[in-house]
Amino acid sequence: MSTASLPDIVFMLLFFFMVTTVMRETSLKVVHVLPKAQDVAKLERKSLVAYIHIGPPIKALQSIYGTEPRVQLDDAFASTKDIPTFVEKVKSETNEQEVPMLTYSLKVDAEAKMGIVTDVKQELRKANALKINYSCIRKEQKKSGI
Amino acid sequence: MGRRARESQEINAGSMADIAFLLLIFFLVTTTMDTDTGLTRVLPPYIDEKTQEPPPPVNARNVFVVLANANDNMLVEDEYMQIEDLKDAAKEFIIGRPNDLANEKFPDFKKVEDPDLIKYFGANQMISKQIISLQNDRGTSYDLYVQIQDQLAIAYREARDEMSVEKFGVSYTELSKSDKEEDKDKAAAIKALIPQRISEAEPKDIDQARIAAGRSN
Repeated sequence: MSTASLPDIVFMLLFFFMVTTVMRETSLKVVHVLPKAQDVAKLERKSLVAYIHIGPPIKALQSIYGTEPRVQLDDAFASTKDIPTFVEKVKSETNEQEVPMLTYSLKVDAEAKMGIVTDVKQELRKANALKINYSCIRKEQKKSGI
Repeated sequence: MGRRARESQEINAGSMADIAFLLLIFFLVTTTMDTDTGLTRVLPPYIDEKTQEPPPPVNARNVFVVLANANDNMLVEDEYMQIEDLKDAAKEFIIGRPNDLANEKFPDFKKVEDPDLIKYFGANQMISKQIISLQNDRGTSYDLYVQIQDQLAIAYREARDEMSVEKFGVSYTELSKSDKEEDKDKAAAIKALIPQRISEAEPKDIDQARIAAGRSN
């Protein structure tokens, strides 16, 4: 059996994965188990999505930061007061015409309380960042009786 | 002489496949094909409470009140309810009873001037004044909040689907997916007939003060 074309095939696969790979830009400092929902929609245009993580700190950081849910923006823990600055930063990094299409994806731990989420939402409203997405995992839909 | 020169130009490519394999495996492992899914919502613009005018009074029969407390219990229209029953209750309220307006349990109907609506249903079409009001405590779990949002969205979608099947014979979900101009107009008409009105209560400072006091104890 001739294996001469094997390198070519492998290279082809290699290029495919090289092109499609997106390296994770931020390292997570909080844990979030996302809630499940049925009526979810896919988030398009990842370049126009900014992430806000909320959840308890990861195990390694729990001795310093405790287990209360915290907000993470970019690579660091933040308080809700940092959100307007974060929004401005995200907006300045985006093409001006595309700023209205920016979506803020809230990746929140299912166990977190609404208090911290409400605070974040209020800050987003103050910063005029109104399009948000509650990140969820798709759950199989029960058959509706129409 | 010529033969030797040519030989020296050849590179041994036997290990090429191995190198490529190694890289391939690296990228295979690091690739995350995660698709981001979630519930997209648009927040209302921020209003300063001091300059805010009091909202116009709304008749209680037009409001479907959903309350969630810190123990993740839900009170819907003054009755204790499980999350599984929320969708059907909300759907019943959204559709309402257009032929029985005396029934105070269901919302009132009114006429509206909406070109999308008039195009298919005429100027005399009444639409429901329904509003769903969602209020949660700071201690409500995020999970329950998402479930409520999800169930309410499904209730609206199913109400629209049923209305659309009744009027056009096709479900709203299919109409809104279609690329045809006619279908888009029909979808807009159904949307105008059953507008999605979910109102979230403004968070109250009293709650924050109470929680702060509770923490210091």
